[in-house]
Order: sequence, then C-alpha cells, then structure tokens
Amino acid sequence: MAAAPSSSNEKIRVLIAKPGLDGHDRGAKVVARALRDGGCEVIYTGIRQTPEMIAEAALQEDVDVVGLSILSGAHLELFPRIVDELKKRDVDDVLLFCGGIIPEEDTAALNDLGFAAIFRPGTNTGDIVQFVYDNVKR
Amino acid sequence: MSELIDRFLNGERRALARVITRVEAESEEGRELVRALYSRTEAAHTVGITGSAGSGKSTLTGGLAKELRARGKTVGIIAVDPSSPFTKGAILGDRIRMQDLALDPGVYVRSMAGRGALGGLAPAINDVVAVVAAFGFDYVLIETVGAGQDEVEIAGTALTTVLVNNPGTGDDIQAMKAGILEIADVLVVNKADLPGADTLASQLRALLSLSPAGERRPPILKTIAAKDEGMVELADAVDEHRQFLRESGGERKRRETNARHQLLATAQAILLEKIRQRTEGGNLESLVARIADRELDPHTAAEELIATLNLG
Repeated sequence: MAAAPSSSNEKIRVLIAKPGLDGHDRGAKVVARALRDGGCEVIYTGIRQTPEMIAEAALQEDVDVVGLSILSGAHLELFPRIVDELKKRDVDDVLLFCGGIIPEEDTAALNDLGFAAIFRPGTNTGDIVQFVYDNVKR
Repeated sequence: MSELIDRFLNGERRALARVITRVEAESEEGRELVRALYSRTEAAHTVGITGSAGSGKSTLTGGLAKELRARGKTVGIIAVDPSSPFTKGAILGDRIRMQDLALDPGVYVRSMAGRGALGGLAPAINDVVAVVAAFGFDYVLIETVGAGQDEVEIAGTALTTVLVNNPGTGDDIQAMKAGILEIADVLVVNKADLPGADTLASQLRALLSLSPAGERRPPILKTIAAKDEGMVELADAVDEHRQFLRESGGERKRRETNARHQLLATAQAILLEKIRQRTEGGNLESLVARIADRELDPHTAAEELIATLNLG
C-alpha cells in the first residue's frame, strides 16, 4: 500500500494495560503520562484487564504499541495468553513492552514471547519514550 | 486499498480499525476510503453525548450502549478526549468506563484525540463517524471532549444530541446563557442521587417553558449512570427524538444542515491549505511583515492572499 503523503498527522498510538488482579496502577499511569508528554496518544484501560480485553482493545484502537504493567508476579502466566489473544485476532504488527516487578531470570522467556523491552522500577521514563520512538513499527 | 475495503465490507473489525486510522490521518488514502464508503453511511442513527468534564458522559455512553444492546441493536462508539496543546500527546481514558462492553461482538469502541480542534470534537470526526456508520452499526454514539458553554460542534455531526448536566454546577442563569443548552435534543440530569438534582431538573423545565410555543421541548431525564439507572428511559428518549425527526421531516433537514456545515468547513480547510502551499515563504511572509509593521490591516492582507488563488 502506498505511503500516505501527509503522514505528519499520524500519531503513535499506545495501549497501556494492566492485566491480572493487582490494583496498584501508579507505574502504569506514570508511563502513560510520560508517553503523553512525549507526544503519543495513549489509551489507558484501567486495572484488572483480562487477556481477551487487552487484545480486543489493541485491535479496536489500532494501536502501534502495547505496554503491559504487572506487579503480581503472574506475568509468565498472563503474558503468553495475551500474546495468544493478539495472534488470534491477527494483531501481529504491534511493538510489545512490559514493566513492573519482573525478575531478571524471566527476561529471556519474555523476549522469546516478543517483548522487546522490560522496564523495571528505577527506569528513567525518558528511556521508555525513546524506546517507543526508536522501535515502533511503521 | 481495495483489499482493505473488501475486508471492511466483510465485517472484519480489524479492517474497520485500520480504516479509521487512515481516515484520522487525513491522508489522501483516508479520503479515498471515505469516498468509497460514504454512500453506505445513511442507515445508522448518530447520537452525540456532550457535557462538562466529569459529568458522566463516558459512563452514560456505556450505559446507553448496554441498553441498546439489550434491545438487539449494534453500537459503534467514538469517544473523544483532548490532546495536549503543547506536546500534541493525549491520554484517552474513556474505555475505563465502558468495561462491560469490552468483549461484546456487537460493540466497537474507538478512542480519538481532539488533535487541537475547537468545539469539543476532532478534525476528522465527521469522516470517522461516516466510516463507523458505513460498517453497519445501528447506532453510532459520539462522546465529546468535556464541553462547557459553547462547544456546539456536536450538533453539526449527530442527529440527536444528549446534553449531560449535574446538580450543583450553577444556578438557572447559567442555564439561561446562550450556547450549549440550545443544541440539546435530550437533557439528562446525571448523578441524580446528589443533592440538588430535583432543583436542577425543575430549573431546566422552567427554562424550557420560555421556549417559543410550538417548538419541541427536549425531555428532561434523571439518571445515575454509574448504577445503570435511567438507561431504559434514555434509550427511549433517543428513539423518540429519532421518530420525531422522521415524522416532522426534520431528519432530512438536519442531514442537510449538517451536510452544509461539513461542506463549508471542509472547503475552508482545503482553501486554507491551498493558500498556504502557494504563498508560504513568499507572499505570505511579506504580508505578515506588512501587518506587523502596521502598513496593512489583516482584512486587506487576507483579500490580497486570496487573490493569489485567482478565484475571480
């Protein structure tokens, strides 16, 4: 498909989602805010999202990027299901990243799943914005 | 592009989502998509939901959609939130209030950023509404940015406009001021469990009684959207207004009014772009300098600028 001439109107759309049962979303909000200030359009869907809800929101909103925040320790349980649900809907061209309380030893497994970056506590939010701009698939 | 249209016409929601992105970018491709789909947009009933920030628009939109679903109708929702005037970024948080609809195959929810448009909507709103309608939904609900006193653009986009009010937000003189109240086809007093709801409802009623005789008086409904109270009545009121428009010949009239508004606004945008393209870096700059030096007034300068288009 030919590239649109006036692509300056195209904004990076990011879904920030919190799967699972932990109700603490300060980290997700800080990241959403940083991306907003970085010029992205950020869809935030609130806490306690199921994998189906996250995948469906990514599809309907036609986002370029999905960022998942998790603190409960259930990432190896939930993230594969989210990736499955995205695949089921043919949403296969989004940039995936995640953040929260995620042990170092899980890094390889998450990279294999397709997560391009994992941001842990102490990350500079500017680095997250830079990551999104550098890696978004257009 | 035709492959995308085929998938769209096949009812693929991912194709709808992609078409909206193209249309929202206001690209040539987006315009071609609108051109191809525009003839299919007539069946949907478009409903605007407006009111001030925090008045409960998103929750009410979700509640109305749920009630319409219970009646077997399909619903497309376009929810607009503001863009930052500085970074152009946005937080789009309306889906948070519509969780119950997240997995309903008869509902499609799209968040849109205002991208600097005045009037409570977004630059590409009419085109996005058109493609969502073309997808075949029975209703298209359009939720505006938090609107104050004169963000009335929604009335030029939707066939039925619902204005959401809350108790405790000003006396009846506020309501008497010109502007947003005049575009309401259905008036809602939301958060009706708060003190002052009855007072507000009777103030609005008293105010409407001053309208010229023979004019349609919008119904006033009390709702508690967070508890799904009043949604049956709201859906009824929307349908009654639709019926009224049909029977009075008002639907055609309103479509024409909206078409005129959209045509002129679009023509204005195209002309402005043409002027910019032809004069930027040249004539435009010299006129700007002459205005700044007070050699020329803005009106005369604008006439000169437009003359470069040779419109005759």
